[in-house]
Amino acid sequence: MRPSQAQDETACAQDTIDLRRFGVIGAGIMGCGVAQAIARAGSPVELIDLDDDRLQAAQRTLRSNIRQQKFFDRSAPPVDDQLALIRMTTCYDGLAEVDFVVENVTEEWDAKAGVYARLDAVCKPECVYAANTSAISITRIGAATKRRDRVVGMHFMNPVAMKPTVEVIRGHHTSARTLDAAAAFLKSIGKAGVVVEDMPGFVSNRVLMLTINEAVFLVQDGVAAAAEVDRIFRECFGHPMGPLETADLIGIDTILKSLERLYEAYWDTKFRPAPLLRKMVDAGLHGRKSGAGFHSYAS
Amino acid sequence: MSQALAGSAAETTPIRAHTRQFLARHVGDTMPSDSDDLFKAGYVNSLFLMQLVTFVETRFAVTVEDDDLKIENFRSVEAICEFVAGKDWALQSAEA
Ligand SMILES: NC(=O)c1ccc[n+]([C@@H]2O[C@H](COP(=O)([O-])OP(=O)(O)OC[C@H]3O[C@@H](n4cnc5c(N)ncnc54)[C@H](O)[C@@H]3O)[C@@H](O)[C@H]2O)c1
Repeated sequence: MRPSQAQDETACAQDTIDLRRFGVIGAGIMGCGVAQAIARAGSPVELIDLDDDRLQAAQRTLRSNIRQQKFFDRSAPPVDDQLALIRMTTCYDGLAEVDFVVENVTEEWDAKAGVYARLDAVCKPECVYAANTSAISITRIGAATKRRDRVVGMHFMNPVAMKPTVEVIRGHHTSARTLDAAAAFLKSIGKAGVVVEDMPGFVSNRVLMLTINEAVFLVQDGVAAAAEVDRIFRECFGHPMGPLETADLIGIDTILKSLERLYEAYWDTKFRPAPLLRKMVDAGLHGRKSGAGFHSYAS
Repeated sequence: MSQALAGSAAETTPIRAHTRQFLARHVGDTMPSDSDDLFKAGYVNSLFLMQLVTFVETRFAVTVEDDDLKIENFRSVEAICEFVAGKDWALQSAEA
């Protein structure tokens, strides 16, 4: 099954992995988290989203995230110094010189595929693409590029600043060198990776999304209110957060999209999203990022 | 209690009242006492910290500086009162 080492990237002239310039696509929850981690490590980063409104929202999110991190990381540089390392833009031109891109756009195939076509047009050949996706196959993403050996899955956990470990996914054509670059990148931002093979949802979300979905069905069926469901997981199982608080943190829209991606990928009805999830998305209850989901987060 | 202390306690009354009101909306059924450690006692988790910071900044119009971003300043109702009272603060309306 594994492509031979001989198929490893040949266009990549350098022998040592030297990552200095970074790009992050998508300035939502995860893109902001990844850009913040890169800036915390002292490197400049290009952060790209679709329009100025979203970039302004991202600026507010980033400031809040970086301030929050100060509580736990007293040696972190001043908030404004970290923010200054993040260049926010809607333009891809600044990516021509980057060595490593982390893509974090909406969990939809068309959105992701469009981004990779644009990246291929501007990034240098040796640049590695890391796809931060909840459930989409990395092999499929690789096939949407002209450099499938230089594409790796990098499923960051949320909040990125507080989670030390990342699920790294080897697509069918991902080269050993690309995995080394992924490891070097993670090390540079103070994180470790656990490498797994590629199947939609990987390890984490094949299990987590089913758990969250079933917890949503519990609320929908009137078995327990969200607060009680979460309390049982926290107080009976000792989990730091319950599944519905976790869903609010991830984003209810992203949960719905992830379940849809899993359902499409496996054609297995066990991944059918609870109708209550769709209703909440339609109602604008997207979780923490919108101020309310299963719980309320208004200040 | 000395006059000075009584005076400062009276001054923090609105801070205390508004902070308790804010917490009541977020902690569920049991309200913490003013000295309870909100985080250690599990009333809220660390993700709630920035909601507290935003609340303090908007409701009391204080500037929370980089150096103020310490759990000690936000760990209990008492701590928040002390922190805000030590700043140049002014009560803002709920809509602020
Ligand atoms: N939220 C989580 O906890 C979490 C955890 C791990 C992975 N993920 C995955 O990370 C990715 C991003 O998730 P998120 O939670 O940050 O979502 P989000 O909705 O917060 O942000 C997505 C961002 O992508 C932007 N975007 C969409 N299309 C774009 C394009 N063509 N070019 C540039 N930007 C574009 C959107 O404007 C938005 O700002 C998804 O694939 C998601 O499944 C999410």
